[in-house]
Amino acid sequence: MPAELQELSHQVEARWGGRVGLSLDNGAAGLACRMECRPAELPELCSWLFSDQDYSFGGLVVEQRSGWELRYLFYRARSGWLHVVASLSSGDGRLPSISRFVHAADWHEREAEDLFGLVFEGHPRLGDFVLHNDVWQEGLAPLCKTFDASQPVKHREPDPNWKPRRIVEEVGAFAMPVGPIYSAASAAVFFQLETVGEDVIRAQPRLFYTHRALEKIAEGRRPDDVVLIAERISGTSAFAHSLALCQAVERLCQLEVPPRAASLRVLLAELERMRHHAAAIAGICESTGLAVAAAHAAMLEEELLRASGALTGHRYLFGLNRFGGLSTDLDDAACGRAAAATAWVAAKLAALQGMLSKSSSFLDRLEQVGIVSSLNARAFGLVGPIARAAGLVRDLRKVQPYCGYDRVEFGAPRESEGDGYARLRLFFREAQESAKIISTVARALPQGRFRTPETELRPGAALGWAEAPGGAALHWIRLGAEGRVERYHVITPSFANWHGFRLAAENFAFQDFPIILATFALSVHENDR
Amino acid sequence: MSQWVTKGLATGVKATHYPRAAETAPGTSPGMPAATSLPAARAQLVAARCPTAALRQVPSGVEVDRRRCVHCFRCVRETESPVDWDAGCQWAELLAGSERRGRSLGRAFSRSLHILVVDAGDCGACLSEVRQLNNPYYNMHRLGFFLTPTPRHADVLLVVGALTEHMRLPLRKAYEAMPAPKRVVAVGSCALSAAIFSPSFICAGGVGKLLPVDVEVPGNPPPPLAILHGLLLVAGRKPPSGTDAVRAGANQDRLR
Repeated sequence: MPAELQELSHQVEARWGGRVGLSLDNGAAGLACRMECRPAELPELCSWLFSDQDYSFGGLVVEQRSGWELRYLFYRARSGWLHVVASLSSGDGRLPSISRFVHAADWHEREAEDLFGLVFEGHPRLGDFVLHNDVWQEGLAPLCKTFDASQPVKHREPDPNWKPRRIVEEVGAFAMPVGPIYSAASAAVFFQLETVGEDVIRAQPRLFYTHRALEKIAEGRRPDDVVLIAERISGTSAFAHSLALCQAVERLCQLEVPPRAASLRVLLAELERMRHHAAAIAGICESTGLAVAAAHAAMLEEELLRASGALTGHRYLFGLNRFGGLSTDLDDAACGRAAAATAWVAAKLAALQGMLSKSSSFLDRLEQVGIVSSLNARAFGLVGPIARAAGLVRDLRKVQPYCGYDRVEFGAPRESEGDGYARLRLFFREAQESAKIISTVARALPQGRFRTPETELRPGAALGWAEAPGGAALHWIRLGAEGRVERYHVITPSFANWHGFRLAAENFAFQDFPIILATFALSVHENDR
Repeated sequence: MSQWVTKGLATGVKATHYPRAAETAPGTSPGMPAATSLPAARAQLVAARCPTAALRQVPSGVEVDRRRCVHCFRCVRETESPVDWDAGCQWAELLAGSERRGRSLGRAFSRSLHILVVDAGDCGACLSEVRQLNNPYYNMHRLGFFLTPTPRHADVLLVVGALTEHMRLPLRKAYEAMPAPKRVVAVGSCALSAAIFSPSFICAGGVGKLLPVDVEVPGNPPPPLAILHGLLLVAGRKPPSGTDAVRAGANQDRLR
């Protein structure tokens, strides 16, 4: 047992005695440490881990088996994953909420309440979250096993007079509804922007307009078809999500990924990250109205899309990940060409960053705007570039290495200000790091197979993870005896970061809103699933 | 600020030659399986590999329903009987009922078409490809196509996504708020057939279930050139026949 866990185990023993069972398991499920407790202990235990032991909250996995099984995922550097597991009998759907102490769990509990019908006692705001109350009947609980997802459901006629639950009432107060169709080619999301004069005092997003119930429709399907679903959680982070799912299945079934496939996966994941960041940079330039810079960044994004297309056949890297490797070998020369293309783009990005850093009218819109403090970033469990721009060390490639990332040398940039400009600089710096990783990997690709020949599936459950361009992506999959998917749960970075978005948007000027939104580079589709 | 003016001028014109000539740069289209003649046993095997039933066995081999293809490459990779591959992307089709419905768009619109884009349950990839149409490589303004944020100014409703229950009302309202004559372009296999999401309690299985679709653009996602092709069709402009949007072989760098 690693020393950190030994210490933890002693403390748990001293504090909870026999009420919390701690066991270690480094086997198939890929967990380092499992703590079992009764639901009543959850708030105290989770809050102790989160506040005193410096664990980050990863997410909540709910499974309906013989009873309810709730799994709270925690992680921290060097200690691996920690699963806090609590069981409930199937008749009883009530348990205490932990989000009073672990605010990062807030939306996870709301989601479980809406999709399973579980009641989290003490949670201040349940209902009308994933399934909009103006469309669906209450108590639908579509993720329950008894629910048949293939049949249409009788729902309410959409209520054209829908109003938000709470609205600021004050002299001079003004509420501006934006969405779900707004601006040119934007994703479907609704914002209720409330202002008194100049500043936005409340900016609560209403999400899940594009909820496709991917977790539900995955159930009963063949796992290799679920890889296709994983790619379409967020089309712009397709490779990271399919990678996380494949790694879960590979861990469960003990499939060994050949070194060549692992290296190619790193190369492709970084290509995707670079393209995502180029798109984010283009979005930020566009939001400030700096047309030439936006056009240049958009051209670089298209160059990376073309490099992806030329290398793999698909501009968004669909159809590549398979269990045990990739669907095709990418020859060394083609990888070399892709590395050359990314190096060219990296140089152009550096030049663009230099020019932007000298454009004072542009910087004025970003500096000291949309600030997320590191304290808030931690409390809300923010991930990825948003968390790193606020000074947190949150990068699964470093904290929970996978796919051979621990053998690749790369920097994990951080900024401390947490404002829009810090996020922009971080996108630039990470894109540079990705380009470096791509060229390092492409120079020394191991020879051999691109996919393991054995693909025998086993029943059981496992966690897979990857640092998607937007942050930590966690995939939990349970396979049944016939090799069909029993439960699939995805915790996406956008879900975590949308939760914290209002921190940045509130108390800033109305006209800063689109810019703050662009600097977050959030995916609506990844959140909605 | 003069640095930006200089930079813009120094970059020059980057726009593709399409639709005057085919695009030759690699990586502009994922391509799609093409109808292939195969022995019956092999045709059956390869058709069974398709997760969305886009491939169908026929006496001569396999046929392709482009509206369902999701580019999973299972019919060309890791199989002994790969199908033929169409490297181009002029896949859009004007549906037969389009002209019968209401007045035709007419010549006035052929070089000034305003487009409202609605995300009706997309994964983000189609939306991203639609956004690329405004980058300097595709630059759809040069063809007289413009995105508009309001249905009141829109001639064309471009819909991406599998039509979720939550987006039904907003989509219907947007369509009804558009002045006539108006057209609907459904972009991406999800908008055409729900593809991998297949009809469920929350996805209707295509935009056609709610609105009269005039032009269908297959692809998952369709590359920008394929969407341009669809827009040219809806504007009543003849894209070049005989040649594809992409020069054959340009995308063949890596297929199997």
